[in-house]
Amino acid sequence: MNTQSNAVPQSLDSQRIAPAALSATRPLYWSIRRELWENRSIYIAPLAVAAVALFGFSLGSIAGIWEKSLRLNPAQPQAPYDMTAGLMMLTGIVVSVFYCLDALHSERRDRSILFWKSLPVSDVTTVLAKASIPLVILPLLTFAITVAMQWLMLLQSSAVLLLSGQSVATLWTKVSFLQMSWLLLYHLLTAHALWPAPVYCWLLLVSGWPRRATFLWAVLPLVAIAGVEQIAFHTWHFAALVGSRLIGAAPTVAKTSPNMFPTDPMTHIAPGSFLTSPGLWIGLTIAAAFLAAAVRLRRDQGPI
Amino acid sequence: MTVQARTIIEARGLRKTFGTTVALDGLDLQIEEGRIVGLIGPNGAGKSTALNAILGLIPYEGELKVLGRDPWIERDQLMRDVSFIADVAVLPRWVRVSHLLEYVAGVHPRFDRAKAESFLARTTITRDRKVRDLSKGMVTQLHLALVMAIDARLLVLDEPTLGLDILYRKQFYDSLLNDYFDCSRTIIVTTHQVEEIQNVLTDLMFINRGRIVLKCSMEEFESRYLELMVHSERVAAARLFQPIHERQVLGRSILLFDLMFDHDANHKLDRRQLAALGDVRTPSIADLFVAMLGDKPGSQAGQAQGVAR
Repeated sequence: MNTQSNAVPQSLDSQRIAPAALSATRPLYWSIRRELWENRSIYIAPLAVAAVALFGFSLGSIAGIWEKSLRLNPAQPQAPYDMTAGLMMLTGIVVSVFYCLDALHSERRDRSILFWKSLPVSDVTTVLAKASIPLVILPLLTFAITVAMQWLMLLQSSAVLLLSGQSVATLWTKVSFLQMSWLLLYHLLTAHALWPAPVYCWLLLVSGWPRRATFLWAVLPLVAIAGVEQIAFHTWHFAALVGSRLIGAAPTVAKTSPNMFPTDPMTHIAPGSFLTSPGLWIGLTIAAAFLAAAVRLRRDQGPI
Repeated sequence: MTVQARTIIEARGLRKTFGTTVALDGLDLQIEEGRIVGLIGPNGAGKSTALNAILGLIPYEGELKVLGRDPWIERDQLMRDVSFIADVAVLPRWVRVSHLLEYVAGVHPRFDRAKAESFLARTTITRDRKVRDLSKGMVTQLHLALVMAIDARLLVLDEPTLGLDILYRKQFYDSLLNDYFDCSRTIIVTTHQVEEIQNVLTDLMFINRGRIVLKCSMEEFESRYLELMVHSERVAAARLFQPIHERQVLGRSILLFDLMFDHDANHKLDRRQLAALGDVRTPSIADLFVAMLGDKPGSQAGQAQGVAR
């Protein structure tokens, strides 16, 4: 009889050790999968925008066959590529903002939080999975879709040139594709992930707080602070600060003129000065504080 | 040489207030392994609050250990050994059945996917459907299939069959008993459909105003409480034995007796004495519930607690 009662705790201990090794990454991986199942706009929106942009570019190319010339500005062959990249970045920002505003709200609204909390997934894992969507998944997804789209554009332009009996050499030498891709990845990870992290984490935190109207709760405090500053000091520093964070205008990402597009081959990236700039680290600290608060909120809050 | 049943849940002086409302008022609770406990109480008695505290969903004052853990601090660890079905509407509506199986298999170390698939094979739920396309009964079947495939030690069911028709309700408890329950598991269930689980339970707990007012096993319940049906001419004689409740049905009086009640003469009531006056039978849980908590909620709570020992 005693052996029976002793055996049970031992087997429990061994079972407890085995999943401990898995527990760190597996729930995180599956929590991110869950976000992608729930919010299909994360990949559908960029794909749709890319498809539309590609369609527009194709129309231009077909028109080019008739005119027997590629509609390219010889001085700036990069232009359509920059434009599409810019469009994809903007899409990424919009999707991120809408995703974050709903991230911790939807599971409370549909009461499914009671189901998620009945599984051995910690609040930290859940919040990290949600934060990784705007900070990791969307930049990488934007990068992959943009590069694929730019490849298709390059192939299309080449086909048009060949059909109209011109050489493709100029196009391929002028559009430095690999460098463009590399600069795009660098720009997305720095200016679109690390730099605006406090904004996204703020939105994520707010999504876990009110019963409804998360957008108002997220925006009104910012407007109020900017308003107070304007009335008291007649300045717009706070508004400019938030704006620069969201639009990805990190001043130290690269040493170029502000008018230059970030994937322009002339860009001199400056990862050293970016990674050592106090602005980045202050922002990341604030982001971490927001995430910690979001974890606490998720633990305390139940269904609405 | 009897094996001491291990304690699964131990609560001492559990308190929880929402503003000025006291939901749990120093609740004491102990539940052993291998029991199916029915937690019965009127609306607002603190049933769900107690379960939420046990599941680590709300903070509380007092002492609470579930499987040796503090639920509020260690919810995610605890949920490896605990499953719960809150009520029918908590599975996310957007999720596909196949994704749900994948997800639970991914995050839960004790989930047996093949088992869940075999439970689902008995239903009409196909794996390419989304939860929003399933009927209420099917969602419950799906949730039950998931939960029964988890090798948990404690299963908490808070109104699991709310809004289901009687066929689904019966099937729900049949599945639980036949395919899931064994003596190493523990189930706590709250429901307003008390009659349907009377034969399922091994233990009964009444909760009122944030306190446990009755705790007994179903064997104790059957030997301790007795209902007597008497014709009107014998009511006066029966009343001398101090019934705890009395009601009239079709011209006959039904009196409910607590045989353990400490009477004035300090001797226990005898079943045979009562049988001489009319028909005796075991009351339903619902009748006892009405007797103890229905008529005079104020005084009964205190009396019942004295009786509960």
